[in-house]
Amino acid sequence: MLGVCLRGAHATVRKNCVRSPLTPLQSYRCYSTSRSSGASRVVALGLVTVGGGVGGTLLYSKWDPKFRAAVEKNVPYSDWLLGLALGPAPEDARLPVRKQVELNQPPSMLDKPKTDPKAKSQKSVKEAAEASGPESSLVPPPPAQSIQEASAEATQIISAISEVPSVPATCDSEAAAETAAVASAEPLKERPVDEVTARLVQQDQEEEKLLASLSSRLEDSLASSAKATLQAIGAQEVALQAVTQHTRKLKDAMEAEAPSDEKSTQWKELEAALAERTAAVKDATTTLSKANEALEGLKSVINQAKGQKVAAARPLILAAEENLHQMVVDLDKVVSKVRSAESEAKVVSQYTELVNEAKQQFQREVSSLTPEIQANWKGLTGKLSVDDLNALIAHAHRRIDQLNRELAEQRVREQIHIEAALEQQKVEDHKVLDAAVTTAMGHVKEEARLNLEQKLAELREVMEAEMRTQLRRQAAAHTDHVRDVLKVQEQELRAEAEQVLNSKILDQETRYRQLTQEQLDNFTLDMNAAYARLKGIEEAIDSHAVAEETAREAHQLWLSVEALSYALKSAGADSPSMPLEDAAEAVRASCHDDFCSALASALPQESLQRGVYSEASLRARFNALRSLARRVALIDESRNSLYQYFLSYLQAALLFEDQQEAPPSQLSGADLDPFKLLSYASYCLEHGDLELAAKLVNQLRGEARRVVEDWLTEARLTLETRQVVSLLSAYANAAGLGTTQAP
Amino acid sequence: MSEKELGKKWDRCLADGVIKLGTGLGLGIVFSVLFFKRRTWPISLGSGAGLGMAYANCQNNLRSHYLQHRIEAVCFRTASCW
Repeated sequence: MLGVCLRGAHATVRKNCVRSPLTPLQSYRCYSTSRSSGASRVVALGLVTVGGGVGGTLLYSKWDPKFRAAVEKNVPYSDWLLGLALGPAPEDARLPVRKQVELNQPPSMLDKPKTDPKAKSQKSVKEAAEASGPESSLVPPPPAQSIQEASAEATQIISAISEVPSVPATCDSEAAAETAAVASAEPLKERPVDEVTARLVQQDQEEEKLLASLSSRLEDSLASSAKATLQAIGAQEVALQAVTQHTRKLKDAMEAEAPSDEKSTQWKELEAALAERTAAVKDATTTLSKANEALEGLKSVINQAKGQKVAAARPLILAAEENLHQMVVDLDKVVSKVRSAESEAKVVSQYTELVNEAKQQFQREVSSLTPEIQANWKGLTGKLSVDDLNALIAHAHRRIDQLNRELAEQRVREQIHIEAALEQQKVEDHKVLDAAVTTAMGHVKEEARLNLEQKLAELREVMEAEMRTQLRRQAAAHTDHVRDVLKVQEQELRAEAEQVLNSKILDQETRYRQLTQEQLDNFTLDMNAAYARLKGIEEAIDSHAVAEETAREAHQLWLSVEALSYALKSAGADSPSMPLEDAAEAVRASCHDDFCSALASALPQESLQRGVYSEASLRARFNALRSLARRVALIDESRNSLYQYFLSYLQAALLFEDQQEAPPSQLSGADLDPFKLLSYASYCLEHGDLELAAKLVNQLRGEARRVVEDWLTEARLTLETRQVVSLLSAYANAAGLGTTQAP
Repeated sequence: MSEKELGKKWDRCLADGVIKLGTGLGLGIVFSVLFFKRRTWPISLGSGAGLGMAYANCQNNLRSHYLQHRIEAVCFRTASCW
């Protein structure tokens, strides 16, 4: 597209240029303006294209999420862009169906044993609420919840007691169906087992924590209240002791008639006892209040614990309540004791007051009579005058009369007084009785309630145990049934498996036999082949050995022949070679066929015994001989006088021939001239052809012949030997070649 | 060595010649002195005889080979030889 644009731009440029041509300035302008307009057009087109592409992609991705996903996957940062433009991609197309299906069976997943179904059902409620909370917007309606709860309870009870994973009961499925029907829009999720167990574990942990906290709190409060109560009781006892002591002392003080100083000490003791009593009583009251507070606190804690309804805390609560009750009872007892002591003390104090009052009265009377006399009249024996004494006695008489009268009156009114007192006492007793009765009743009620609670707990446990045993029986029956079914299945499967196994074994056996047979065959084949090869190898080796033997022999022969030829070469300049006897013997020894032995025995005796001359020596000798032969060239049988000798010498001196002349292939008559022959022979010798030379020399006649006779024999000998040796060596070479294996 | 024979023959010839000449000469001298009152003719005779004898010997010597052959050949042909 860009190319097209460019081309179009170029075309427009060209067109523009063609339209307004010619001056370079104009053409430049033309170029520049057209180029700029073309460039801007190109840019605009490009922008439009890009914008269109992006817009189209956005629109299409909005319409088709798959395309959007593809774009997001392939183009980086496109997901951000698309998110900005269109909003987050819809992802819940996949999950709702699964959740719907899975939440229909929430209770079935809860198969961990639990001791308290109530708490568990509550927990399942919590869980269901939690599960449904994040997943769906609708709250599950209460009837469905209650049904769910009940069904959950039932399944939990079933599953809790047995170890076998429970099958949800029909009511459960009904409930589930109802739940599904009612809350159809709920996307519910069946939690996996481990999540449930985790939740349960978590709940257990929470419970335990709660329990622990409760128990700790209870214990703390119990301990504190017990301490306070004990303290209060102790204080009350102390107070009681103090009060009784005080009363006793008071009684003693009132009744005893001791001398004055003892009396004063007694009064002092009494005062001390009174002070002690008051202190003790105050202390007792404070401690009592504290104990009451503590008990109140304990009660509130107990109530709180009860309010939290944790199952395992029940016995603790019970125990705490019992303790509380006990403490309250003890405290009440002690308080009542103290109160009685106090009332007694009050009575005694009243009595003392009366007595004191009477004493005061008497004192006043006496002092009114005898103002000088002081209160302590018992010690004043010598100080009183007679008048005073008389007045005192009269007063005493008067007082006695008065008292007698009063006594009589009292005796008369005794009954009435007694009755009134009895009435009063009755009323008081009633009051006290009522109070005691109410407290006792309260205590008894409390005790009864506690007993009831205990009995309830025990009963509950018993019921639970019974339920457990029943369910265990059910489970046992189920396991028996399952075991039977499994046994049957096992047998069936075993039979099937045995069948399969047998067939497989048969197959394997046949295959195995086949394989062994194959192997045997292969083995025999291999063995045969190996045996054949072995045989071949043996033969080859034997033939090799034979060939080697022959080769060795040939080699030996060749060596001996070489030795022989070497021996031939051992000829010195003028001396013959060594005798060839040994070498010939060696050759004969290493000869193993007739040809060779014939050849070996064809060696001339002379060469064997004396050796032969070398060619060089013969040549040299010939050179010497030649002049001699030339000198006696003319001498023969007919011409052999001395004169002839002289002539022959003259001839030799005067005749000049070629030192060396190549002999013709055929000797003509003219060639039989000794000089010619000698020159031919020289030539031949120079060219190493001893044979031809010998042949030529052989043509000499007469004295020349006689002169060269020895040389000729020697030459002949040498030639013969050489011929034999060459034949032998050729034969040895041939034999050697024959024995060497061609590659 | 056959080639040395000639040489030897020549040596013998020479030696023989010398001896014969010497002997002849000597005899000649002797004879001339003794018998022929120092004439020269016995000396020359003697030396000449000596020389001649030597020459004949030499020649004979040199011919000897051929003569032998001839004798043998003759003997062979006639079949009566001693």
